[in-house]
Order: sequence, then C-alpha cells, then structure tokens
Amino acid sequence: MSLRVLVGCKRVIDYAVKIRVRPDKLGVVTDGVKHSMNPFDEIAIEEAVRLKEKKIAKEVVAVSCGPTQAQETIRTALAMGADRGIHVEIPAKEMEKLEPLHVSKILAKLAEQEQAELVIVGKQAIDDDSNATAQMTAALLDWPQATFASKLEKTDGELEVTREVDGGLETIKVKLPAVVSSDLRLNEPRYATLPNIMKAKKKKIAKMKPSDLGVNLASHLEVIEVVDPPTREAGIKVEDVDTLVTKLKDSGRI
Amino acid sequence: MVRGNKLNNNNIIRIRTALLNTSTHTNSEPAIKVQEEEHSGTQPQATTTTPKPKREPFVKNLFLGKFDKNVLAYPEVLDQERHELLHEMVVPIERFIDEQVDGAKIDHEAKIPEETLEGLKSLGLYGQQIPEEYGGLGLGATEYARIAEITSLDGSIAVTLAAHQAIGLKGIIIAGTEAQKAKYLPRLATGEWTAAFCLTEPSSGSDAASIQTRATLSEDGKTWTINGNKIWISNGGYADLMTVFAKTKEVQRDGTIKDKVTAFIVERNFGGVNSGPPEDKLGIRGSNTCEVFFDNVPVPAENVIGEVGGGFKVAMNILNSGRFSMGSSGAGILKRVMKWAIEHATTRHQFSRPLSDFALIKEKFARMSVNIYAMESMAYLTAGILDGTQDPDCSVEAAMVKVFSSEGAWKWSSECLQVLGGLGYTKSYPFERYLRDARILLIFEGTNEILRLFIGLSGLQHAGLELRNLVKKLRNPLMNPGFILGKGIERFRQSKDNPKLDLDLSGHLHPSLMGGAEILEYCVKRFQYAVETVLARYGLEVAHPANQLEVARLADCAIDLYAMTAVLSRASRSHCIGIHKSDHELKMALFFCEEASRRVRIAVKDIEDGPFNSGDNVITEIADEVLNNGGYVAGHPLTRTYW
Repeated sequence: MSLRVLVGCKRVIDYAVKIRVRPDKLGVVTDGVKHSMNPFDEIAIEEAVRLKEKKIAKEVVAVSCGPTQAQETIRTALAMGADRGIHVEIPAKEMEKLEPLHVSKILAKLAEQEQAELVIVGKQAIDDDSNATAQMTAALLDWPQATFASKLEKTDGELEVTREVDGGLETIKVKLPAVVSSDLRLNEPRYATLPNIMKAKKKKIAKMKPSDLGVNLASHLEVIEVVDPPTREAGIKVEDVDTLVTKLKDSGRI
Repeated sequence: MVRGNKLNNNNIIRIRTALLNTSTHTNSEPAIKVQEEEHSGTQPQATTTTPKPKREPFVKNLFLGKFDKNVLAYPEVLDQERHELLHEMVVPIERFIDEQVDGAKIDHEAKIPEETLEGLKSLGLYGQQIPEEYGGLGLGATEYARIAEITSLDGSIAVTLAAHQAIGLKGIIIAGTEAQKAKYLPRLATGEWTAAFCLTEPSSGSDAASIQTRATLSEDGKTWTINGNKIWISNGGYADLMTVFAKTKEVQRDGTIKDKVTAFIVERNFGGVNSGPPEDKLGIRGSNTCEVFFDNVPVPAENVIGEVGGGFKVAMNILNSGRFSMGSSGAGILKRVMKWAIEHATTRHQFSRPLSDFALIKEKFARMSVNIYAMESMAYLTAGILDGTQDPDCSVEAAMVKVFSSEGAWKWSSECLQVLGGLGYTKSYPFERYLRDARILLIFEGTNEILRLFIGLSGLQHAGLELRNLVKKLRNPLMNPGFILGKGIERFRQSKDNPKLDLDLSGHLHPSLMGGAEILEYCVKRFQYAVETVLARYGLEVAHPANQLEVARLADCAIDLYAMTAVLSRASRSHCIGIHKSDHELKMALFFCEEASRRVRIAVKDIEDGPFNSGDNVITEIADEVLNNGGYVAGHPLTRTYW
C-alpha cells in the first residue's frame, strides 16, 4: 500500500529572531521580521519525504494556512521534496486570531478531500507553542494519534511509533489512517538544494479559503495581554560551598 | 593615428601579460563573468527574452568625458520569478554556512572537512553558472554575486568554489566545444569532479607568454604530450580536471615556427599528473594551494579549449570574467564583521560610557557603512550591466570593483578588529582570521597595482584613438592657433578648476541628489581634462614604467567616478521606489560623493602640476637612492660627526 501523506507547515517568526512585544501588548512585532518554516514542521516534512523515498508514501502534500507569504513556506516544503502544496489563504489580520482548532478543522477536511492516510504535523509551533493541532485533528477525523514521535516505522497497515515520554521511550502501534506529530529527534531535516528549489518552481500550489472547506474562523479565545518574560536578576558569587549552602537555606531554596 | 594606436596596443598587451600572471598567483578568486560571456552561451536566464540593448563601455568613455546617463538608472535585471527564486536560494545557503561551517576550525586545521565540501556540492554550489542543460543552475552575474555574498563568509570556501567555477571550468563554458561541455560540465556541476586553473609557473610570474610548460603533438595528430610545472594552483591537490596552459609550436605563414599558448582540458587520470604538498598560507588556509607537475601527460587532441595557439585569449577572458563578484563578497564579509564589532562597541563600557558613544568609534562605523554601500552599488551595477547588455564590455569596471572592494575589505576588517582592541587581536574572536583571509584579495586575480595600470591604460588606449588629433594639436600650438583658441577657453576654465557643467546629470536622478550629481559632473569634467593633460604630456610614453604614478592617479579617479555613479544611481532608485530607510542611502551617497570629489580634486591637481610639483620626482629619487644602496640610506639618528 502506498500512502498519501498530508503535512502541515506553519510560517512562524524565525527561531533566531529576538522577539519584541508590540506596543499595544496584544501580540508580537511581525513586520519586517524574518520568518521561516516552524522547525517541528520541517521535521514533519522531512519524515514524509523519507517515507516517499522508501516508497512507503506515494505522494506528499504540504499544507499551510496563512497570508500570501505562507506560499514561501510551502515552496520550501516543495524544495525539500513534497510533491504539491495547498495554500489556505488567511489574511494577516485574521491570522493573529487563528486557533489550533481552526487549523485542525482545515486539516481534517483536507485529509478527507485528499483521501490522505497519514497526517504529519510538528508537535507544536514555536510561536504560540499550543501543541494541540495534531490531537484535535485526530479527534475530528476519529483517527488514532501518535504524538511526539521520535521514530516512525511502517509495518503492515500499521505504524510503529516511538515516543519520547517522561523517563524514557514508549513504543506504540497505530492503525492507519492516523495522525502523527513530530518531535525534535525524529530526524534531521535536509537543506533544500538549489537545483531542487528550481525544480520546485514547477510544482503546483492549490489556493483555497477556509470557507471553501466549510471552516468557520470564529474565535474561541481572546488575547488579553502579551508581556515580555521577566528579566532575570543578576546572580551573586559566593566564597565557598558552606556560604552557598547557607545562602540557599536563607532564601528558602533548600 | 597609427602611432598612437600602436603604442597603446603595446601597452595593453604588456599590461595584460603582467596581469595574467599576477592573477594566477594563488589562483583563487571569487568571481565570474565576462564580456565574452555573451558568445559563450551562458546567458543568464534571469533576463527577459527581448533583445538586450547594446551599450558602449561606460568607464572607458569617461576617459573621453562621455557619460552614458542610462547608467544612472540602477539596473533591475531579474524578473519577478528569478527574483523570488534567488531569495529562496539564499535561505538554505545562509543556514548551511551558519550551521555547518566552522571557519575557525577550517583555518586552524588548514582543511575544509570532507562533509562540508559534500554539503556545498549537494546544495548545488559547484554548478552555479553552468547552464541548466548541463546540470548547473544557469545563474547570471547578479545572482552569482548575491550568492557570493554568503559563500564568502568563509574565505577558504569562497576560494575553493571560485577556483572550481570562476576559473577552473570557466574556459569550457566560454570557449569549449559542444562535446567538451556535454562530457565535462555535468559532473563538474554536481561536484563529482572538482576543477582547477593552471597558468602560473615558477619562472613565469609577470609574463604569461613566457610559460615553459610545453605541449607537443604526436605525429598522427591525435595526442598532445604535456610537460611542465605549475605553482599556486588552488584546488591543485585534488582537482580531477585542470585547465592547463602550455606552449605549442605554430608554423607561421612565412614558414617560421613560433611559440604560442594553447589551453587544454587535462584530466588527472590521464596519468603523469602529480601534486606537491599544500602551501602553508597567511589566510584562506583551508583552501588547497599546491604545485602541480605534468610529466609526459597524454592529452587527446579534442581537449584543446578554443583554437591551438589561442590560449592567451582564453586565459584573459576567463580572468576578466571573474572579478566583479569580489565587490559583493567583500560587502558580505564586512556586513557580518561590522555586526560583531557593533555588538562589542555597544556593550563594552570605558569611562562609564559604551564605546559607541565615542566619536572616533562612531566614525569607523559610519565610514565603513559608506564604503560597503559603494562596494555593493558598484558590484551590482556591474553585474546588472553584464546581465542586461548585449556583448557587454565590462573588463575595466570589473577590475575597478576588484581594486575598490579588496582594499575596503582589508582596511575595514582591520578597523573592526581595532574596535575590539586586544580582544580583536586574539584567536578567541574571528576578526584576525577575517583580516588574514582578506589579505589575499589585494594579490590574486591581478594585483591591485597591475589592475590600476590595466584600468588606466585601457581607458587611455580607448581615449587615445579619439583624442589623437586633439593631442597632436595641443602638443603643437603654434601650428594650430585657431584650435588652440577654442580649446583654450575650455582649458582656461579648467586651469581655474571651474569646468563648464553641461551634462545635466541631475536631470536623471532624484532631486534630493542634485548636489551629488553636480559633484559627479564636476569630477567627470576634471577627469577628462586630466586625461587630455596626461596624453598631451607623455604621448606614447605614458605606458613607460616611470610614468605609472600618473596612470594610477587616473585609475583612482576613474574608480571614484564609477563608485559615485553607482551610489547615486542606486540611492536615487531606492528613494524613488520607496525602499525602507532610503533617506539613509541618500545621506551615504552624498557623503561618498563629497569625499570622492576631494580625492579627485587633489589627483587632478597633481596631474596638472606635473611630476616636478606633485612630488613624483622626489619619490622616484628617494626610491632610487634606497634601491641603489640596497637598503635604508640615512645615517642612524645617533650618528655624530663632531664632539
């Protein structure tokens, strides 16, 4: 059996950028800030492409929800080896209010439409850290889920997934179709090569709106305030271990 | 006519000869693309399919006081698709260089790790300008320059890549046969094979025509046998394919036999090719530089590049094609190094203030930014002309970009180090490494001395043709009273440093740049006057080694003129299309023009004054005394002649 794999890839502020809170305290500054694909989604794409290279998957479809620039993210996925893309257009303004539930509904609908047997997404996006899309997509589709995958192997009609859990590794089997979320150590994503970037230009990206999929973007959450993390106070130097122990006791740490 | 022409041709040949050799010293350079490109079929796909306009050579015409105002429209050669594609390509290369390249380790171990080279190959960086039908990326000059900004962040990698494709395999693209291209380019594009360029020899430094390596043709005419030694060969230790220049005998029409240079494609596995140990160098230490020995190497006749006896031209075309990208490379390096220096300047406190509060530190960053701006502007203007012109003649422009940016990279990486003080001098920080790596830029691809002569004499040769009559009359005023009267008014104004400004350059720029346009126009006029003065003073003797200071002055003026044109044209475009912070660009462009015009003013004055008043004669005298003495002449300061 050859799978069609649907992979979610989100456009986020680049991991190396220093995040600044907007003056209105309702979000962070995104204008003129470098964006790239969510690193966990890159791992998801890489895994899907490897499945295709092992001839386990027949087609890899990259999906991104977002403004026009989300197409750049899809292009990266295509250059890494995805076969085609789907861009679900969401204006920048609405993007701020986009919730994991919305994305899950979109992905679930697309999985049905595309007759995908496997959905892979990053375990979380590095901007809002929700860690909810995979779980809710599985629920909406009523498919089994294998989250935080650090190893993925296909057996007959099933996936054997190793998950990183507190205190060790857990290996589970899920029946296909299924939803998988990728953890950091699942693989090391490749660099998109220049010849592949050129070839990716010829790959297709379908455009659609959430409404085309019957998904309503009504908000369930309201952002009340976004603030910078508290600045860390400077440490002190102590003379010796005894003083250290005393200080720690005095401050109630031990 | 015959007279002027002949002399000037001789100069150029002499200079080119010297140029060729210097440039192969350490044979390694970032770069690409030449006027000959057009013939070579390596057209950048970047440009539209409509025929490109033809243009006269911009800088050469400046020597005549002719200014092509089209150049004031900064080039936009990439269509939307190529533009987006380029920006997509930049991302993984930047990431690769940041994440996978350990420059300090490469420097320390004097070797680029195999897995790093493999990474560069798999990214596609070994076939940047190889046409797509041969497995390359088919990039134009503009795109190549942009990528060079990133790959040059490690000097060893930049030189390895450049030795491979800017010179090593370039001959095949420029002058190779269809069969040669089909056979070699695909494996070179993937990096399965690495290329090198072999011209310089132990006894042939300044005179490429004097190479000793010899190729002899077998009696059946099917095989050449090559014997000889080459030095300073980048990638020489492991290159699988080499472009080798060797002497061949050619029977002349009158039956005499003459030695000519011929270019060959030599595969290492032809047998008889051996490499010496890698040279231990000041900088670009991870780039492999070796001697290569050819001992009875059999080369099939079909591996001649171009024509038998036509190798000198092939070498020239390859080298001329490369230099322009050094501008973007230098800018790429300096932008990175400046960022680190700023980090230090803003966090390090002395006298209870950050270093960045002090005017002497501020000045460094301001001047550095302006210099980077000029470098970039010149590099991409030149790349734009190469990409957007039919049969472009940019050899002089490319040489100017090389001279200007190599000196900027050296000076400003040194100033960044200075901001750090003692820390900058240690190997704990990357500044000393970047400084050492930058030093080669002034030497290879033609030393800056040779290139200044090339710039000056190419321009003078171009002007000499048209100014022949003028110069003749200027040198013989009594026989040409009418002419001297008319020309006299113009020259009188010039002698008062008040040339007539009638080029209307400001009409082609944003009004905010009017001041800059007038300064540029003033400099163009003064330069024209300086060219006439030099030609009238020296005539054919201008190419004599004793007159190099004057030629170099003209070259420096021409470089400043080109740089002013580039910054004004770019700033005007940025401001007109509303690029973010374009007012900053305007400021830098105007400041650059002010400073450059001061340099031009002084240089033209020195030329006008002549060697007796400018100090050139004294320089020559002091130098001769020192040289004849074999060292310092003056007595020791403690010397006493009385008690």
